Amino acid sequence: MIESNLPALQVILPLIAAPLCVLLRRSSLTWLVAWSASWATAAVSIAILLKVLGSGTISYAFGGWAPPWGIEYRIDPLNAFVLVLVSVVAALIVPYARRSLQAEIRSRQHYLFWTAYQICLTGLLGVTITGDAFNVFVFLEISSLATYILIAYGQDRRALVASYQYLIMGTIGATFIVIGVGLLYLMTGTLNLDDMARRIANMPLYRPELAAMAFLTVGISLKLALFPLHLWLPNAYAYAPSVSTAFLSATATKVAVYLLMRFSYTVFGRSGIFESLPFEEMLIALSLAAMFLASTVAIFQDDVKRMFAYSSIAQIGYMTLGIGLANASGLTGAIVHMFNHAVAKGAIFLLLGCVALRIGQPLMSQLTGLAKRMPLTAAGLVVGGLSLIGIPGTVGFVSKWYLVMAAVEKGWWWLAALVVISSLLAVLYVWRLIEVVYFREPSEKLNEATEAPISMLIPAWLFVFACIYFGLDTSTTVGTAAIAAETLLESLP
Amino acid sequence: MSVLDSINYWIAMFLLITGIYIVIARGNLVKKLVGLSIFQTSVYLIYISPSKIIGATAPILAQGFSLYSNPLPHVLILTAIVVGVATIALGLALVVRIHEAYGTIEEDEIHEQDQSAT
Repeated sequence: MIESNLPALQVILPLIAAPLCVLLRRSSLTWLVAWSASWATAAVSIAILLKVLGSGTISYAFGGWAPPWGIEYRIDPLNAFVLVLVSVVAALIVPYARRSLQAEIRSRQHYLFWTAYQICLTGLLGVTITGDAFNVFVFLEISSLATYILIAYGQDRRALVASYQYLIMGTIGATFIVIGVGLLYLMTGTLNLDDMARRIANMPLYRPELAAMAFLTVGISLKLALFPLHLWLPNAYAYAPSVSTAFLSATATKVAVYLLMRFSYTVFGRSGIFESLPFEEMLIALSLAAMFLASTVAIFQDDVKRMFAYSSIAQIGYMTLGIGLANASGLTGAIVHMFNHAVAKGAIFLLLGCVALRIGQPLMSQLTGLAKRMPLTAAGLVVGGLSLIGIPGTVGFVSKWYLVMAAVEKGWWWLAALVVISSLLAVLYVWRLIEVVYFREPSEKLNEATEAPISMLIPAWLFVFACIYFGLDTSTTVGTAAIAAETLLESLP
Repeated sequence: MSVLDSINYWIAMFLLITGIYIVIARGNLVKKLVGLSIFQTSVYLIYISPSKIIGATAPILAQGFSLYSNPLPHVLILTAIVVGVATIALGLALVVRIHEAYGTIEEDEIHEQDQSAT
């Protein structure tokens, strides 16, 4: 009974936890609810992944209505992988969040924070798991609305403006996605993604389909902060509470990247649309721009959270680059990089949360000599930073290796060179942080500071260990990503 | 096909561009949300127009009727309207908070305050 309904449970568990948080209201009780719901969700997602890897794609007809008429949840290795990524990250952040929230948000608002957190998780998992085009939009908006709230909880008043700007841009993106879905529905008469793909493949290419593809790409790119549609991201990440930043940077953009893969490969793969639209060339050009420009801007930031926010935009560029390369190695690289970046950025933002607990918003000038006062935090930041650069032995190396391989397979040596050169830009901003943290005397603000409480350090260091572990033993992540890439490529002619 | 045949789409496109223009051109945070709302509403028209057939009824089997409209887009748009209302409500709530924090809802004045603070 439970086993056959796992796909429904995946979304419903956090969805039930959200109103429960509103009813309970007590800070500690809502934390317990969020804790149990997220860990249960993580367990469900792992069970689903194992099932998918064992016995192939799962199709779950919601309410017993057979697809394509009813809503179908369709899980192949790709979205099973993303589900695990999102839910495990969410589950690991909850224990960390207890102390961090006490410091950053008034305790009578905690239950609302947890409600928004659970709703956001519901939305992200829903987007990933569903096989219905309109469902994608609804879940995307559920997660986005909750995201705006999570950001607006920041202590700095600029968090409110950042949240507002994200609301405007996010809604424009979502509306573009609705237009795209609407045009596809007009042309195919179905909303089921699988059915839609089959019908598109069997009919000539009409102009509304080109328009739909364009609207969907722009809409999703707004959500995933593809350069130059990234303007909402730096402020949103910089001023949101530490917990929100860590959660969003590790999950929200990854789900949008997944969505871009789903539409460009599974739905449009056989349509022949890529002969009429320079989709891949455009994606590669924008990814390169993101990798170089965002990394360069990151070098000049004083606010450390903002610096890593710009670095996120650059790292998203590597993922979209993999999508644009459209071969097995490139896609494997992109999918693995979703995981690897989530782990590295999760670690960094959680550790910055530890710093924020002691000294408030971490500015470069105040972090001098951090290693003398908070050695574990500083060491973790270094590992995360090295992973962003892509030093061998960390996760970042694995995904960049596959991207370089993909470029070489295509014979594009210049692109392989550009990937390596752009990593050197990451060296610059990471080194700037290391220099300040390790080779200077502690600043006045840090003089009194001690290591963050153990309940925050353990989850943060789990991410740091993951950075190294999955950098050395790549069989689990790369293995799953390669299978996922294969299923995507099967949908190409 | 004359312009009048597809008048719905022309209106929808006009609203779409009007809405997005207001979002970009206006500095007042409430007016931006109004623009956003117009922008979203135009999409409802794009969905509803093709699904309505003139002279057709709701798809309920009854004697004497053989022409039916597609109900699915209407239902989808009901959902989209709910999402739109929630978005605007949240946006307005944020504007109230911004007004409390900054004392203004003009974008350039907020920007000025942020610049002078740092």
